[in-house]
Amino acid sequence: MFFIGFPLFASVSVFAKGKQVINIAYLMQTQKVRPPLSSLDPIIENKGVLGAELAIEDNNTTGEYTRQAFILKTFMVPADGNVADTFNKDIAKKYSYVVTNLASGLTNSVADLPAAKDMVIFDAGTVDDSLRGKQCRANVLHLLPSRAMRADALAQYLMKKKWTKWFLAIGTTQEDMLYAEAVKRAAKKFNMTIVQEKSWEHTFDARRTAQSDVAVFTQIDDDYDVLVVADEQGQFGEYLDYRTWLPRPVVGTQGLLATAWHRTHEQWGATQIQNRFKERAGRWMEEQDYGAYLAVRAIGEAATRSQSNELKPIKDYILSDQFALQGYKGTPLSFRTWDHQLRQPVLLAAPRSMVAVAPIEGFLHPKTELDTLGFDQPETQCQWSKSSE
Amino acid sequence: MNKQVISVLLLGLMSVSVKAETVFVTLEKDNALALIDPVEGKLIKTVEIGQRPRGITISPDYKVLYIAVSDDNTIKMLDAETLKIIGTLPSSDDPETFALNPKGDRLYVSNEDDSMVTVIDIAKKKAIKQIKVGVEPEGIAVSPDNRWIVSATETTNMLHWIDAKTHEIVENTLVDARPRAVTFTADSANAWMTSEMSGSLMILDAKTKQISKRVQFEVPGVPKDKIQPVGVVIDKDNKRGYVALGPANRVAVINAKTYEVEKYLLVGQRVWNLAFSPDQKRLYTTNGVSNDISIIDLDSQTVTKSLGVGNYPWGVAVKP
Repeated sequence: MFFIGFPLFASVSVFAKGKQVINIAYLMQTQKVRPPLSSLDPIIENKGVLGAELAIEDNNTTGEYTRQAFILKTFMVPADGNVADTFNKDIAKKYSYVVTNLASGLTNSVADLPAAKDMVIFDAGTVDDSLRGKQCRANVLHLLPSRAMRADALAQYLMKKKWTKWFLAIGTTQEDMLYAEAVKRAAKKFNMTIVQEKSWEHTFDARRTAQSDVAVFTQIDDDYDVLVVADEQGQFGEYLDYRTWLPRPVVGTQGLLATAWHRTHEQWGATQIQNRFKERAGRWMEEQDYGAYLAVRAIGEAATRSQSNELKPIKDYILSDQFALQGYKGTPLSFRTWDHQLRQPVLLAAPRSMVAVAPIEGFLHPKTELDTLGFDQPETQCQWSKSSE
Repeated sequence: MNKQVISVLLLGLMSVSVKAETVFVTLEKDNALALIDPVEGKLIKTVEIGQRPRGITISPDYKVLYIAVSDDNTIKMLDAETLKIIGTLPSSDDPETFALNPKGDRLYVSNEDDSMVTVIDIAKKKAIKQIKVGVEPEGIAVSPDNRWIVSATETTNMLHWIDAKTHEIVENTLVDARPRAVTFTADSANAWMTSEMSGSLMILDAKTKQISKRVQFEVPGVPKDKIQPVGVVIDKDNKRGYVALGPANRVAVINAKTYEVEKYLLVGQRVWNLAFSPDQKRLYTTNGVSNDISIIDLDSQTVTKSLGVGNYPWGVAVKP
């Protein structure tokens, strides 16, 4: 076999020589990871980073032909570290493009730092509706689907199945409440009935939960078609399936999952990126990896098209009508101008099979069916004027 | 009925059977090849071919079929008459699309996972070169004058122009998002190339290697993001070109002189690849979701038949 073409990227300085350089920072804080519910799932501490790295590689392959070089630097703040300090010391004034994988509160704290004014922050970690609504920031773009988009995706599918009566089980964390809010909003939007909502107040002990608690918990007065679970950290949701009092399917944060990415996804060229990711990472691509991949690819696409490394042309291109990001979901992805949410299909996945991809056929929209998911322009609560523009 | 009429009728039937041709369709999910008689409008048979067959081409003399059997990591050569396997080609991993040169002695294969184009010497059944291209090469074509091999890379969004003599890339053209298929006009002057994500067809001038014209597809009543152009063919007289629009379920008919879209023909769901009949009187489309092919009569520009063929029809080739 013969291998010719471009040399391997031996060192950054060599490969960036004579090229337009686009520097990207990846900023994350190590989370105090709760051990996964099941020992089947490995604890992954570098979610996101590897997605950004794969995208840099893809950008640089294109850059070989467009004489652009993309350089990624990762800043990992320890769980007890100070993100703002790292930002001010290492990122401020040095980078125009920052991909973040931070808790929702921290994302806006960073966005509000003075130096962040002259940056675009690509939030590849949060799913909060508030960050895309009342708390929106003009210098932040959101890559992952919001909770509202996820809940709407589920609702569309359940509506198609005519599973209209929902029993909503809610975990104890703040995030679970927010997920439940999104589910309730979706139920209203698609005219579904939540026959009962109930907080999980039993133990989180696997043996006890599995054996008796679920059966007790799910004995409710009203009949329902489907059990919707809001348990973002996976503390009890995984134990609901097959253990309910009545034989009912589980959907939501467990069971049938609404997600941006899933290992069972193989349509629209997804097999290719799954393979490429697995080969370099040695594990499946997680949602945060996908978010970071899209963020870095969005910068690459805009830099290539605008033939620039400067903030304004790149940001303008990203938010323009011409922007069409290939995200392996069968449709071009673009940003909603009213809240900077990346519009995208949401996958509805069972552990080992892709069940459906929302928007579900039949849910129509005058502009793009993708906008049947989440907050559409007329209902947005984001007002740029009131935020840090 | 007198004898004369009967003999005329018989002649008529015979002439039909003489004109009959065979359409070969790869069935990605059935691991099979479907054989169709398009004149009779029926499925003749389905034969097993290997894991996940996709790209298919027939040799210029119509004697050999080349089929990319993706999950078997090979390209199989079949006798187009007997369907016996007469050879396998070293295609590297996961072959999907490929192109034959006009002489029929070189095969150029897109290796999607490795970002390579593999050049195969068919007589020797050997890979003689691998050319590094952008990320996820897909569409590939050889110009009829055998000067250029063009390779479209889906994630890099480029068309790479490879010199057919030296096998070196001489130019790279940035194109619209997620380029899919590419083909040349019969005079080799232009390459037509589809962009799945931008819903466009680009016409590239083989001299300048630049986009000289862009056709944007718009189908009334179909959302913009459902218009995802994939397969493209141009007739040999360079009168019209045809583009499969994927989930828009239409084939666009384009005037090859003015580049106006003359018509959108409604075909099956997620129309993917296209092939002419050898006399170019008909066009066959593979429809990946509705599991059928559509037959388009090109004189009347109408869809005359759709025919169920099996699961996930992918590629199509025709033998007279």
